[in-house]
Amino acid sequence: MTTTQAEIAEIAGAVPDPELRVVTIGELGIVRGAETAEDGRVVVTITPTYSGCPAMDAIRDDIRAALRGAGYADVEVKTVLSPAWSTDMITESGWAALERTGIAAPGPSGTPTCPRCGHQGRPTPVLQISRYASTPCQSLWSCRSCLEPFNAIKKL
Amino acid sequence: MSETATGVELLGLGDDALIAAQRLAEWVSRAPTLEEDVALANIALDQLGAARMLLAAVGDEDELAYRRDDHRFRNCLLAELPLGPGRGDLDFGWTMSWLLMLSAAQLLRYTDLAAGSDEQAAAIGAKAVKESTYHLDHASQWMLRLGGGTEESHRRVQQGLDGLWPYGHELTEGIRDRWLAIVEPVLAEAGLTRPADRWRPDGGRAGRHTEHLSYLLAEMQSLHRAHPGAQW
Repeated sequence: MTTTQAEIAEIAGAVPDPELRVVTIGELGIVRGAETAEDGRVVVTITPTYSGCPAMDAIRDDIRAALRGAGYADVEVKTVLSPAWSTDMITESGWAALERTGIAAPGPSGTPTCPRCGHQGRPTPVLQISRYASTPCQSLWSCRSCLEPFNAIKKL
Repeated sequence: MSETATGVELLGLGDDALIAAQRLAEWVSRAPTLEEDVALANIALDQLGAARMLLAAVGDEDELAYRRDDHRFRNCLLAELPLGPGRGDLDFGWTMSWLLMLSAAQLLRYTDLAAGSDEQAAAIGAKAVKESTYHLDHASQWMLRLGGGTEESHRRVQQGLDGLWPYGHELTEGIRDRWLAIVEPVLAEAGLTRPADRWRPDGGRAGRHTEHLSYLLAEMQSLHRAHPGAQW
């Protein structure tokens, strides 16, 4: 990757997710690639987390704005579907940022650890309240130890 | 628009998802609990996302969604039916029976697309299959709770099954056995009666629809028809 490509990838990757502002789209694994075309255009490739994710339009606009701010006037944002996005594409720093804001990882057994008190669901359970939450990629849980509700990223 | 076998299939699946999304959206702000409201809206959103990918693969998505008349839609009849015993009715038990039937079929269709030779269709299938898995799981969990719940919840979910079952034939053409292998165990565990196979209404894939589709499209397309190209 050339310096320019690396810079473009870094700028695009640093764009915060429009719905989960604490993580970047790079950390979420949404940015697939960045390159410069021969005519000087910049092409950034992204992939949707969920196919109906309404944040995709905002993400495209934010990438264009961020790159324009860095002096790249002509930016194209392409969308690819394959390979399909999976929660395994979220980086370690991404998971850490999500957890700091109270959003849990799905957990190896499918039951998340409470991000507020660290309770792991035994002996008092961590209960799933709803398979769908404030965004399509999250589910809603309740910790019966600290009695707080929390969101967890759904394994995909 | 592509006239290949895959093109016809993608259009049918895209229309299924689009019409299902519009139907499910009727639940927004009216579901039994706030969590369920969010769940149904999210499932509708997934359906819309799948519809956009599928329709964009065969033509202009807006043109296809907003400017076709009813007889040019290729969705199966099940997708357009009201989510209750009569037009304008919304019944939660009925809706879960509908979602179980639909999502089990979509899961199989998307799995087949993902394994197919058309690269674009395979990518769409691989993406959509993950979401369908959640839809099927959601419907199955509710079937168990409603089927094994109160007399009233059992009655209503069974009523939905009985009313919708005939439309399952068109829905599952070519995948019937695999579909039954998913749906029948859920019904058995929920203590529900698997309806007998009697009449088999079809025609949706050939553009012969029920009157319900026309009403649905009238609402879905009204803004675009009044203000062509409207954006916000």
